Amino acid sequence: MYFSPILNFKNSSLKAVIAVFITFLSFNSYAKQENEVIQNEVKEENATAGHEEKFDPTVTILEHIGDSHSWHLWGHTSIPLPVILWTPQGLDIFSSAHLLNEHHEPIAFTSKYTYLNEDEHIKVLDANGKVDEATSKEIYDFSITKNVAALFISVTILLIIFGSVASSYKSRIGKAPKGLQSWIEPIIIFIRDDIARPNIGFKFERFMPLLLTVFFFIWINNLLGLIPIFPGGANVTGNIAVTMVLAFVILIMVNVNGNKYYWRHIFKPDVPFWLLPIMWIVEIIGIFSKPFALMVRLFANITAGHIIVLSLISLIFIFKTAWMSFASVPFVIFMDVLELLVAFLQAFIFTMLAALFIGMAVEDHHH
Amino acid sequence: MELVTPSIGLVFWTLISFLILLFLLKRLAWKPVLSAIHERERSIEDALNKADLAREEMARLTNQNEALLKEARAERDQILKEAKELKDAIVAEAKNQAQVEGAKLIEKAKIEINNQKVAALDEVKNQVASLSLEIAEKVLRKQFDDKQKQDALVSDLLKDVKLN
Repeated sequence: MYFSPILNFKNSSLKAVIAVFITFLSFNSYAKQENEVIQNEVKEENATAGHEEKFDPTVTILEHIGDSHSWHLWGHTSIPLPVILWTPQGLDIFSSAHLLNEHHEPIAFTSKYTYLNEDEHIKVLDANGKVDEATSKEIYDFSITKNVAALFISVTILLIIFGSVASSYKSRIGKAPKGLQSWIEPIIIFIRDDIARPNIGFKFERFMPLLLTVFFFIWINNLLGLIPIFPGGANVTGNIAVTMVLAFVILIMVNVNGNKYYWRHIFKPDVPFWLLPIMWIVEIIGIFSKPFALMVRLFANITAGHIIVLSLISLIFIFKTAWMSFASVPFVIFMDVLELLVAFLQAFIFTMLAALFIGMAVEDHHH
Repeated sequence: MELVTPSIGLVFWTLISFLILLFLLKRLAWKPVLSAIHERERSIEDALNKADLAREEMARLTNQNEALLKEARAERDQILKEAKELKDAIVAEAKNQAQVEGAKLIEKAKIEINNQKVAALDEVKNQVASLSLEIAEKVLRKQFDDKQKQDALVSDLLKDVKLN
């Protein structure tokens, strides 16, 4: 990652001010690895004109909300993560450190193939050093990326939290909750009494583990995403792959548990027979559009929040004056507080709608 | 487009870790936690119900006590009243008896007094009679010492007899 846009500023007090903001606002990685093209442009500009680099907020922001093969900490320090590739020649596992040189520029690394990290996509280079698109398509990237690592961290945190909560429940049978237990219990009861029971009905108990896991998984990941430094900072729930998996789990859960009334509503709704084919299409689209909406809602909300915060920070660099921070910082603080609310709200809405869809599938109709 | 294209690696790892998390949490956390909460709620509800029952029982007992107390008080009043009546009756009877007894005694005393009076009077009369006889004897003895006076008397007596 490059702090070059900052480091190139002539005014050292400006640097100090920005450093303070970095510490507090923590988007420590704003000037993170820019893609090669931009870097080259910058280098050329620096070499030829010697004036300040051009700052492209779009690239910076997209880098920050995207995934990466190493976990950047600060400056030229980052945690290398394992790259796992499924290639036609079998599994290929190596450290992502091999794909970066000491200046954090992407370099080629030869294992079973010669790989290059091009905009966080691992590409295969042919003998001439050109990207071999055909072979690249045959390579499937199962790397432990920044998001996967963050996912493992949040899973560990969840297991630690709920392991300890469960053990305190075992040791304090019939007593009032205490400590972490009393912090978690109202949320569990909220999910049970305000989400599961009203939406699913008397069969809610069977779906409680799923709803609780989904809720706390989304919430903890949302919160960790708001923390700008390690072990937070990864945009896990703002990644479409993660929300897609969650929505897929809900899709499976809803349709596996759908009862005969649910399927009859889809295939034999109370409409004139000639409308049936249209209804089938509409209903089958409906099966998929509900989880699709879940997927997009969570992804878009979290991503939008991150983009706004990063845009406000970027304003400082666009205007190239630290005075801009007097406008940006209050807005960023406001947005961060709002994001705290959104973190809970989106977890709640996702769980709520999941419960609603499950409720619709398991509901008994008495005609 | 990059933003909305899910990468296969992340999908794979998310699916695996979410399912493992779901499985582990279900086994480790949710089952014991939910059952503990349920258990506790039930025990609290039980306790509340029991408290209600106890309160009802208490109220019932209090009512009973009050009734008993009332009864006891009434009984006491009754007993006191009876005792008073009895006392009054006894006192009244005693008074009556005393009066009757007194009256009898007075009567007896009166009779005795009368008897004594009569006896005394009789004695006085006897005494008076004998005294009078003695006096008369002595007087007569003195009168008739001389012969003339005896003749005069006899002639008087004879005159009386003629008149008859």
